Amino acid sequence: MSGFPILSIMLAVPFLGALWCLFAPGSAESRDQNARVTALAATLIDFALGIVLWVQYVPGGPRWQFVENSNLFGKFSWALGIDGIAMLLIVLSVFLMPICILASWKSITKRVPLYMATFLVTEIMMLGVFMAQDLYLFYVFFEGGLIPMYMTIGIWGGARRIYASYKFFLYTLLGSVLMLIAMLYMTQHAGTTSIPQLMAYNFTSQAQTWLWLCFFASFAVKMPMWPVHTWLPDAHVEAPTAGSVILAGVLLKLAGYGFIRFSLPMFPEASAHWMWLVFALSMIATVYTALVALVQKDMKKLIAYSSVAHMALVTFGLFAFNQQGIEGGFLVMLGHGLVSGALFLCVGVVYDRLHTREISRYGGIADNMPAYATFFLFFTMASVGLPGLSNFPGEFLSMMGTYEQSSWAAFIAVTGIITGAAYMLYLYRRIAFGPRKNADAAAMPDLEPREWLTLAPIALAVLWMGVYPESFLKPIRGDVVLLLERLHPTAPASDAALKIPHKPAAAAVAGEH
Amino acid sequence: MIQLLVFLPLLCSAIAGLGNRFIGNTVAKTVTTAGLFVSCAIAWSIFIPFLQGTSHAYVANVLTFIHSGDLKVDWALRVDSLTAVMLVVITSVSALVHLYSWGYMAEDDSQPRFFAYLSLFTFMMLMLVTANTLIQMFFGWEGVGLASYLLIGFWYYKPSAGAAAIKAFVVNRVGDFGFSLGIFGTFLVFGTVQIPEILAAAPHMAGSTIGFLGYRVDTMTLLCLLLFIGAMGKSAQLGLHTWLPDAMEGPTPVSALIHAATMVTAGVFMVCRLSPMFVTSPTAMTVVTVIGACTCFFAATIGTTQTDIKRVIAYSTCSQLGYMFFAAGVGAFGAAMFHLFTHAFFKALLFLSAGSVIHAMHHEQDMRYYGGLRKHIKLTFWVMVAGTLAITGVGLEGVFGFAGFYSKDAIISSALASGTEVGGFAWFMGVFAALLTSFYSWRLIFLTFFGKPRWAASEHIQHAAHAHGHDDHAHDAHADHAVAHAAHDDHGHDAHHAEPDAEDAGHEPKPDMRGFTEVEHGTLDYHPHESPWTMTVPLLVLSLGAVFAGWAFAPTFLNGSFWQGSVAYSPELHEASEKLGAWALAPSIVMLIGFAIAWFAYIRDTSIPGRFAATFRGLYVFLLRKWYFDELYDLIFVRPAFAIGRFLWHKGDEGTIDRFGPDGIAKLAVVGNRITARVQSGYVYTYALVMLLGLAGVATWAMTR
Repeated sequence: MSGFPILSIMLAVPFLGALWCLFAPGSAESRDQNARVTALAATLIDFALGIVLWVQYVPGGPRWQFVENSNLFGKFSWALGIDGIAMLLIVLSVFLMPICILASWKSITKRVPLYMATFLVTEIMMLGVFMAQDLYLFYVFFEGGLIPMYMTIGIWGGARRIYASYKFFLYTLLGSVLMLIAMLYMTQHAGTTSIPQLMAYNFTSQAQTWLWLCFFASFAVKMPMWPVHTWLPDAHVEAPTAGSVILAGVLLKLAGYGFIRFSLPMFPEASAHWMWLVFALSMIATVYTALVALVQKDMKKLIAYSSVAHMALVTFGLFAFNQQGIEGGFLVMLGHGLVSGALFLCVGVVYDRLHTREISRYGGIADNMPAYATFFLFFTMASVGLPGLSNFPGEFLSMMGTYEQSSWAAFIAVTGIITGAAYMLYLYRRIAFGPRKNADAAAMPDLEPREWLTLAPIALAVLWMGVYPESFLKPIRGDVVLLLERLHPTAPASDAALKIPHKPAAAAVAGEH
Repeated sequence: MIQLLVFLPLLCSAIAGLGNRFIGNTVAKTVTTAGLFVSCAIAWSIFIPFLQGTSHAYVANVLTFIHSGDLKVDWALRVDSLTAVMLVVITSVSALVHLYSWGYMAEDDSQPRFFAYLSLFTFMMLMLVTANTLIQMFFGWEGVGLASYLLIGFWYYKPSAGAAAIKAFVVNRVGDFGFSLGIFGTFLVFGTVQIPEILAAAPHMAGSTIGFLGYRVDTMTLLCLLLFIGAMGKSAQLGLHTWLPDAMEGPTPVSALIHAATMVTAGVFMVCRLSPMFVTSPTAMTVVTVIGACTCFFAATIGTTQTDIKRVIAYSTCSQLGYMFFAAGVGAFGAAMFHLFTHAFFKALLFLSAGSVIHAMHHEQDMRYYGGLRKHIKLTFWVMVAGTLAITGVGLEGVFGFAGFYSKDAIISSALASGTEVGGFAWFMGVFAALLTSFYSWRLIFLTFFGKPRWAASEHIQHAAHAHGHDDHAHDAHADHAVAHAAHDDHGHDAHHAEPDAEDAGHEPKPDMRGFTEVEHGTLDYHPHESPWTMTVPLLVLSLGAVFAGWAFAPTFLNGSFWQGSVAYSPELHEASEKLGAWALAPSIVMLIGFAIAWFAYIRDTSIPGRFAATFRGLYVFLLRKWYFDELYDLIFVRPAFAIGRFLWHKGDEGTIDRFGPDGIAKLAVVGNRITARVQSGYVYTYALVMLLGLAGVATWAMTR
C-alpha cells in the first residue's frame, strides 16, 4: 500500500469533481443536476476511500501511516501522513460529506454548480488539515478552509448572512495571523517544517509560553471557547443546513485536532502552565452557554450554543493530562460531530417545510411527523449524553479524566449533564410535544426517502459508537500513549490526591498518573 | 440463560417499536408480552436455586465496552443473590403489567409504541441490576430514566405530561450529577470500576482522606455521599422527590411498573449493592438514615391530604422508599431488600387496582368523585383491600401476616435495635409514618369504595353519560377515550399547563380546596363495570404476592446465609431486632390507631375532615401544597436560570463581547462598510474560489512534475 498515494487521491477526487461542477457544459438546468450528481459521486468515492483507510490502518503499527512526501520548493513539501487520530477524523468528514450533499439536494436552488464546488473544496481543505505533515501545508489547509465556509454563509445564507460571514471572518483572521507568526518562529528555531519532527523538538520554556498562546488564539476561536464564541451562533443561524452540518461536524473539530497535534506535544510545559486558563474558560463556557441555550427562541441558535458547551468538554478532556481525559475529549469530538450534524439536519427538515426556525412556530409535531419526532428524540438523547449512544463514552471519559486532574473543574463540568438535559428536552418538548397549535406546522408531511437517507446512517453510527466505542478507541490508543509520554514530565499535580494513613499495602490502587 | 433473559425484552421492544404500525397492535402486544413471560420464567428458574442455596454468583461476559488506560469496562451480566431477587421482581411485575396493559390501553392509538417502551424499560432495568461495573449500572440507570421520560410523556399531546416528563428527567439528572462524580471519585481512589473489586478494597480505604473542591475530606464518606445523591434522585428522596408525584401523568400501568415496583427502587438497590462500601463510613450511614427517615415521614404527611388517587399512592411509594433507605442506613440491608421485594408486589397491586378503578370511572382520578364503588367493582375492591392490608402491615406475630407486616416491621425493629441515636430517630419517624400510612391507605379505601356515589359531579362521568345516555356499556365506547384523555387537561389541577412555553417545569396553581362532602352526590345513571380478564388476572396474581410474599420469604430474606455476602449483613443487628419485646408491637398498635381515625373520619362522621381542615387551615394547606417544594424550587432554580440565561445572552454575548469585539471593530473601521458592500455583489466569491482552485492546480502540477 506504500506505493499507492491514497491520501493524495482523496484530495484529488473532490478537486476534479469541483472542476467538473463549475465548468461542465450544458443548459443551466442540466448543469445544476450535473453538479448535484457529480458532487454526490465524488463524496461517495471519498467515503469509500475513507473506509479503505480505516480497514487498512494498522492500530499499534507505525505511528505515521500512508505517508507521502515530495518536495515542492524550498522547505515547503507535499508531506501527507496520518495517525489514528487523524484517520478517524478523516472518516468522520468523508462520512458526513455525502449526507450534506443529499441535504442540499432540493433546498439549494441558487447557483448550484458553485455551491457544490464550494462544498467539494471544503472537503479538500478539511481532509488536508488532517493529512498534512508539513507545517505550512497545514496552515494553507487550515486557513484555506475558511474561504469556502465564508462563501457558503455569505452567498447561500439567510437574511443576516453578510453580518454573520463578516463576524466569522474577523474572528478567525485574528487568530490565524498570530498562528502564522508562531509558525515562522518555529521553523526558524527548529530548522524544519515537518510536523512529526516538531512534535519531538524541545522549545525553551519561555518560547513555549508565547508560542502556545499564539496557537491558542487561533484554536480558541475555532473551537470555539468562551468568550470568542459569539461568531458561532450567528454563523449557524445564517448558514444553509448543510453548511451548519459541516461547520458543527467537522470545522469545529479542527481546533481540537490542533490542540492534540500542536499545543500539547510541541509545547508540553506551556500546556501544563496554561492548563488553568483552559479549565477556567471551559468552566465558564459550561455554565454560561448552557444558560444562554436555555432561553433561545431560534432552534439553530440553541443547538449552536449547546455546541459551545460540548466543546468545553473537549478542552476539559484534552487538558486533563491523562489517558481517560484525552481519549474522552477526542471521542466527544467524534460524537458531537455526528450528533450536532444530525440535529442541524433535523432543523433543516422542518425549515424546508415551514421556512422558519422560530421554536414557538412548531409544537405537537410528533402527531403528524412521527418518524421525524423519533429521529429528533434519538439525537436529542444522544446529545444529552445518554449511555448507549455516541456522546456518552466521550463525555464520561472526559469528565472522569478531568476529575483525576481537578475535582473543581470536574464539579463544574458535570453540571453540564443537568443543564444539557434541561435545554435540549425543553427544546424537544416545545417542538414535538403538546397540542398542535399551528395549522401549518400540523400539516407538515413526515420524512421523505431522501431525508431518511440522511438521518438513518447517522443514527446507526451514533448507536454503534455508543454500544461499541472500542472501534473508535482502538486506533487512537497508541497515539494517546505516545502523547502522554511526551506530556508526562510536566503534568501538573492533581487536587484530588489520596492520602492513606500508614497503610502502604494499598498503594497499588492509587488511580492517578 | 441470563443473556436470553436480559436481551429478549430488548429484542421484543425493537420488534414492536420499529415494526409499529406495519405489524399492528396484536402482533406487537403478543411479542412483547410473550417475551416478558419467558424472561419471567427464566428469572424464577435462576432465583429458586439461590433460595435453596445451591447456586452461586457468576458473571457472563458479553462485549467490550470502554477500555481507556486503567479503565476497563465490559458489557457483562452479573448474577448473585441480590440480582436474583431483583430479576424476579422486575420480570414478574413487568410481565403482569404487560398483560394488564392489554386491557387498560385497549383503546389507545399507539399501543405498539407503548409496549415497546415498556419492554425497553424492562431491558434497561435488567441491565442495571446485572451490572458488574458502576458504568454499566449507570447505563441502566440512565436507560430507565429514558424509558420513564418516554412513558410519562406517552400522552405527549397533554402539556402536563410533557412538563412532568422533563421534570422527571432533569431532577434525576441532578441525582446523576452526584452519581457521576461518585463514579469518577471511585475510579480515582480504587483504580477500577468493577464492583466486586471496589467492595473488596473498600475496607482498606477507611480512614484515608482525599482532596475535594479544595478541602480534605474522608474518602469513603465523600464517595458514598456522592453515590447516594444519585440514589436520592432515582428513588425520590426528600429534596429530589418532586418529580415522582408529577410522574403520575403517565398511564397507570407505567406508574405501577416504573414508579412503584422497580425503577424507583434502583436507589435502594444501589445502596445495598454497594453496602460494603457504605458500612466503611459511619457518617454516610447516618446521612442515609436521616434522609430515609425524614422522607418516610414527610411523604406520608402529604399523602393524607391528596385527593388524586394516584398521587396518594405516589406519596405512599415515596414514603415506603424512605423506610428502605433508613433500613439500609442502620445496617439492615437484608430488611431493606426484603421490603423492596414485598413492596414491589403490594404497591404494583395498589396502582393497578387504582388503574382498574380509573378505568371503570372513565379516567376520573379524583377520589372526591368516587364513593360506594365496592358494589360495582367487587373484585377490584377485594384485591385493593388485600394491598392495603399488606401495606399497613396487618398480622399477628407467630401466626400469619400480610406482606408489609414482615418487611416493614423488620425495618422499624432494626432501627430501634441498632441502638444509635439516629436509629432511635428513624424508629420514631418510622412508627409515626406507619400511623399515617394506615390512615391514608384506609382513607383511600373508604373514599373510593364506601359511602354514597358522588360521581355525578365528575366531568369525566358527565362526559361519558352525556355521550351515551343510559348506555350501561359506556366503557366499551372506544372512540370516546382519546377525547377523555385530552379532556383530562381541562380538569382541575392541570388547567395551568395550557401554555407550554411557560417556564414552569410542572408546578401547579391553587388546588381545589373542596372536601369530598361538598361534592354533589348521585350517579347520573352511570354504572361502573369491572375490568376485563387481562386486567383482573394480574390483580389476582399480585394479590397473592401481597398476601403471602412476606410470610413465605421472611425467614430467607432476613437470614444472612441467603445473601452469600452480596449485601453487608450484621447478625448482631438481626439478633437484637428479634429481642425487642413489647416495643416490637408499636407498628401494629399505630396501624390500628390509623385505621380507627380513618374509620371515624370517613365512615362514622364524615364532617370531621372538613372541620379539621378548617381548624388547622395552615397545616392543611401546607400539606395540600406538598410542603411548597415545587414553588420553592421554581423560585430558586427555574426562574433564576431563565433570568440569568437571558441576562448573559443580551448583556454578556450581545452587550459586551460583540459590542467591544467584532461590532466595535466594524464601527471603528469605516472601510468595513464599504468592503461589505462590495462583497455583497457576490462575484468576489467566485474570484476567490477560482483563485483557490488555481492554487491547488499549481500545487498538483508542482507535485507531479
